[in-house]
Amino acid sequence: MNELVFFINNVLISGAVAGSIYAMGAIGVTLVFSIMRFAHFAHADMMTLGAFVVFILTAMFPGVGAVVGLPTAFVMLPLAMAVTAVAAVGIDKTFYKPLREHNVKPIVIVIGSLGVTLMLQGLIRLFAGTSSRSLYIEETKRIFRIDFPFSDSRVVVTEPQLLLFVVTVVAVVSLHLFLNRSRLGKAMRAMSDNPDLARVSGINTNTVIMVTWIIAGSLAAAAGTLLSLDVTLKPDLSFFLLLPIFAAAIVGGVGHPYGAIAGGFVVGFAETLAVFNWAVILRPLHRAFPDLFELPANLSFVGTEYKIVVPFFILIAILVWRPTGLFKGKII
Amino acid sequence: MSNMPLNLPVRETTLIAIVTVAVLFIFMSFGSAYGTRMLVEAACYAIIALGLTIQWGYGGQFNAGVMGFVALGGFCAMLFSMPTNPAFWDSELPAQLGGVFLKVLFGIALVVAASQSYRLGLSKKLRTALTIVVAIIVYFTIKVNFMPVAAAIEEQAGYIGGLSLPVWTGWLAGAVLAGFVGYFIGHICLGLRSDYLAIATLGVAEIIKAVLKNEDWLTRGTATVSPLPWPVPQPIDVGFVMARALYLSVTAVMIVAIFFLLHRAYHAPWGRMIRAIRDNEVSAAAMGKNVNKRNLEIFVLGCFLMGLGGAALGSFNGIFDPQGYIPLNHTFLVLVMVILGGPGNNLGTIIGTLVVYIIWIMSEPLALWLLQVFTSIGSSVFDWDAPSNLSSRALQARVFSIGLLIALVLRYAPKGLLPEKVPHHN
Repeated sequence: MNELVFFINNVLISGAVAGSIYAMGAIGVTLVFSIMRFAHFAHADMMTLGAFVVFILTAMFPGVGAVVGLPTAFVMLPLAMAVTAVAAVGIDKTFYKPLREHNVKPIVIVIGSLGVTLMLQGLIRLFAGTSSRSLYIEETKRIFRIDFPFSDSRVVVTEPQLLLFVVTVVAVVSLHLFLNRSRLGKAMRAMSDNPDLARVSGINTNTVIMVTWIIAGSLAAAAGTLLSLDVTLKPDLSFFLLLPIFAAAIVGGVGHPYGAIAGGFVVGFAETLAVFNWAVILRPLHRAFPDLFELPANLSFVGTEYKIVVPFFILIAILVWRPTGLFKGKII
Repeated sequence: MSNMPLNLPVRETTLIAIVTVAVLFIFMSFGSAYGTRMLVEAACYAIIALGLTIQWGYGGQFNAGVMGFVALGGFCAMLFSMPTNPAFWDSELPAQLGGVFLKVLFGIALVVAASQSYRLGLSKKLRTALTIVVAIIVYFTIKVNFMPVAAAIEEQAGYIGGLSLPVWTGWLAGAVLAGFVGYFIGHICLGLRSDYLAIATLGVAEIIKAVLKNEDWLTRGTATVSPLPWPVPQPIDVGFVMARALYLSVTAVMIVAIFFLLHRAYHAPWGRMIRAIRDNEVSAAAMGKNVNKRNLEIFVLGCFLMGLGGAALGSFNGIFDPQGYIPLNHTFLVLVMVILGGPGNNLGTIIGTLVVYIIWIMSEPLALWLLQVFTSIGSSVFDWDAPSNLSSRALQARVFSIGLLIALVLRYAPKGLLPEKVPHHN
């Protein structure tokens, strides 16, 4: 049973962690894609920005968390989400809106978003330096070890991972309610279906765009913070997050928030399954029949250094076989 | 037409004059060895930028992974021109490596055979499942066979060494390899939304870098390979200035040749067709133009030039260091050169390259100097104790400035310093 526990720790839990992060990023990307029709390359840096805001707040008020019994960084998360949402709206007003009003091709706005990426990266590294930092400044990370029946080893979950799962579920449910029940959410869906028709039906497109940025920015901040809480805050993470997030959005079908969630988990689990050492699972079989086959020590699809190949491979496969994504996105 | 006054192009002349003055200033204040080095690097960047200006300016395709193609060029320049490694060739390792390659070929044949099994009457779903299973088994078999060989090469010989061929063969091979990868990406992404190409190229650049960094048996990885041979006499024989000037003349000849060929192509029916496709794809397709094929031609040609420029840059640097390829220096700097100079205007791109590269080179001492001024003011007036790693952070200001420059150019000068001149033929 130790092998099963190993599988749960290394595939189920870490896949769910990666999947939640990618899903929250991909929702933002897919919403921006469907409302404003361009691939937002600065999204991963918005994640870093959110985590960085949390870092500053945590450093300023280190004792807050102890009062509530949660990590300080997590208590600061709502504030950082608000700051990042405001920043996202501001970035749109300053950089993307003028381009949109000039009626440029969407790809020009993509280049503009790359410019924003570099600006955010430069600013964050200017203030935070290039080294990685822990968001647990005066606290220690709590780790839960759960006994597993018929096994010596235990299932390991950390506090940030549990928080991440909770936040993901809350975010997905509230997004679902917002898109289906509220007037604004319906307006967003209408605009993603047909922007011109939405405009002539009296939908205020500027408000819709602003709300899109608020959702995208706050989800990015949440994902970035929880990722940094679990690992560390790295200022130069963005290019490695960008590809899985885009792959998730495209796998789910662009413009399809539920598809983005599914795509995020597909990419997350694919990554962990690809780097998982399958020899561990085969070991009991090998013990039972030692003469049947020879078991190499490492039997993973790719080494961890090639993790980035997995989302790329998924992206290419989906573009070749089903460019609209699994859930039939609207834009090709 | 003959009595028209001589019409000197004002913008071009002014820009060239400014650049000339700047170059002369650098030659005088930093010495001619430094100046020629800067010019050679700028010339290599100009070849890369010409590749991007074809893709973005002529074809409207955005390549966000220039770095990957540049790195491929540098890798081929290294592989072809380095002297052979006797520790590798005198052992049994080449035979083992050859055996693995034969197995790879056999495995590919097996997968292809499985994918053709529908001809024997298998249903499509069954065929896909069979192909995937065969591909996974083949992949694992080859991986298990290959790992010990790679480890043995790293242990006994370091890496497989070069082929000790003339440098220009490496440059050509780099260009062809970059073009081949470009074909693979373009073939998949060019029929889809333009954003997908940007995403895919961004990914492929990171993958190429990861492979070059981690396949130590092929590239020595982080241990780096040096010194790379030059196509002209080395500085040891003829001195720094002379050697670099010779190298500069080689790159200059390449630029002139590329410039001339591009100019001819742009004004030929092919160029008109390309512009027609860029400006209105639907109507060009309705006129019977093969849009996807032309787009693919443009993309592959652009990648070819990036590989060529990257190879020239790699040889000149004299060291092959996969970690030295970073998106900021090799993707975004080139992007700024192109959009600032004028996408689709070859002369504009070359001038833009020179302008941006001079600013880029000069920004490092400038940033450090500004930092010193600020910290000295800070410490004397406000009694501020500056952190010690500030100098490394000051360089991050360059990242910010490049991003700001991209945003500003797109907003206020979307056509660049020298806008593309669309010729009208009567």
